[in-house]
Parts: sequence; structure tokens; C-alpha cells
Amino acid sequence: MAIKTDAVGKSWPAFEYEVGKEKIGEYCRVLEIGNQVHFDRDAAREAGYRDVVAPPMFCVVYSAGSLGPTLFDPDVAINFAAMVHGGQEFDWGEPVCSGDVITTTPTCLEIYEKDGKGFYIFETLSLNQGGDMVVRGVWTNIVRGI
Amino acid sequence: MTDFNEGDSISELKVTPDKYVPHRYAGASGDFNPIHIDADFAKMVGLPASILHGLYVMGLVAKAGTLDVAAGDPRALRRLSVQFRGMSFPEQEITVTGEVTSNDGERVTLDLVATQSGNQVIRNAIAEIDLPA
Repeated sequence: MAIKTDAVGKSWPAFEYEVGKEKIGEYCRVLEIGNQVHFDRDAAREAGYRDVVAPPMFCVVYSAGSLGPTLFDPDVAINFAAMVHGGQEFDWGEPVCSGDVITTTPTCLEIYEKDGKGFYIFETLSLNQGGDMVVRGVWTNIVRGI
Repeated sequence: MTDFNEGDSISELKVTPDKYVPHRYAGASGDFNPIHIDADFAKMVGLPASILHGLYVMGLVAKAGTLDVAAGDPRALRRLSVQFRGMSFPEQEITVTGEVTSNDGERVTLDLVATQSGNQVIRNAIAEIDLPA
């Protein structure tokens, strides 16, 4: 059966996430990232940030939620049971600080079949409240035995 | 500290995530997929045990690169792309290694690998990191 590609080029509604200081700290404690600019407002301001700043990979916290509707869309028709996260790419823009409201829009870039596997590639574009790009993500999901 | 010339290795990062890391990462990230936090569920879907989140391991790769090149400056990492090539597990050491593939005096490009028990769980990790001004 040919892979369904109806969703290529489709975008879904933007997902909004308000960044909190304690959420940044929670993430950094798990990764054991000790830089005080992630915990202490004064340290962050001294380093030139508006507020406590998120480490780059915190982007998964505010952007991944945008992908929920894409995976459940019947145009995508992805087989969750056989899906693995095959690859991930992020390009960062402006730093993200506590208090920022980040809006992430997901788009399906590509769906194709190769070597009996289905490749589902989504882009997420995340902007802050000022309209500045904070991160662009490319998420590659692979479905075995398509 | 090196000059990060082409071919130089960065300092290794070694981490042994404790058994509760997947639970704490689930809480921090919002990804509560049961394959990460429920060993019975993981086994039911054919995994040997509950597995670490791939994006947690990618976080370790990001940390290893920026710590060495830019002293952990959160603005320094401009781009990171990775391929997930295997499962990784709590309570086993993960080692992140990396090599400088280019350096134009302002920005360094690294090729990084995360290894656990001889398996490359992340490879072809390409990081672009700004050097401190």
C-alpha cells in the first residue's frame, strides 16, 4: 500500500506556551546544568538577559506540544505503535527567558517511503511575543514496516 | 582548554542517569510516553526495559558541546542536528565525545557521538557553537 502523503505542506494551529522560571530550573536540574543564569534572576540580568534564561534544548518543552494534533490528523495517518524518533534538528534564534510567550506553528515538510520504512518530517517554527524567531525544529519520525 | 582546531577532541562528558531520570525528564518536558516510565509497558511493546528519552540524551550532547567550547553560555549553541540510532537506558554510563570539524575563529562546528555500553545511541550530531567573544 502506498504511503499517504496528503498532509505534505499542511500546517496546524499555533501552540502557545508561557515560559516560567521554575520550569526552566526543573529542566536544568534533570540535565544537571548548573549555570546560575538558569536559576537566579540577578545572575541572569548581570549576564545581559531580561530574566532567567532557558538553555537551548529547553525548546523541546515549549515546542513539542504543537505536534500533538499533527500526529492524530487522519491526513497524516501515522502508525504510532511502530513509530520511532529518528532524527532531530534545531536552529536557534533569540534567547528565551522566563515570562516569554512562545507560539509554535507545525508544518508537515515531507512524507516518503524508503527501504520499507515511512519517513514523516515536520517543522516547528517558534516565535516569541515580539515576533522574533527563537527556534526552528525539524522532527523526523520513522515508521517501520509501512 | 584548547584552541578548538580542526581535529581536536572536546572534553568527554560522562553521565550515569539514575533510575528516576526518565520520570524527572518526563515531568520537566511533558513527554509521559509510558515506554520511558513504565517497564512493564515497555516490555509489552517489545523493549528490553524502559528507555531514556532520546531528547534527554540530545540534551546531554548539547551540554557537552557548549560546556567545553563556550563555558555553558546558553546563547552559544546556534544549531544542533542529530540522528537517534539506538535505545539507551538508566543506570548505565553515557559518554559524549566530540571532534572539531571546522573553526572560522568565531564559530566552531563539532561532530559528536553519545555512546552507551558500546552502542552509538546518537551519532552524526553536528553542533555549531559560537566561540566566546
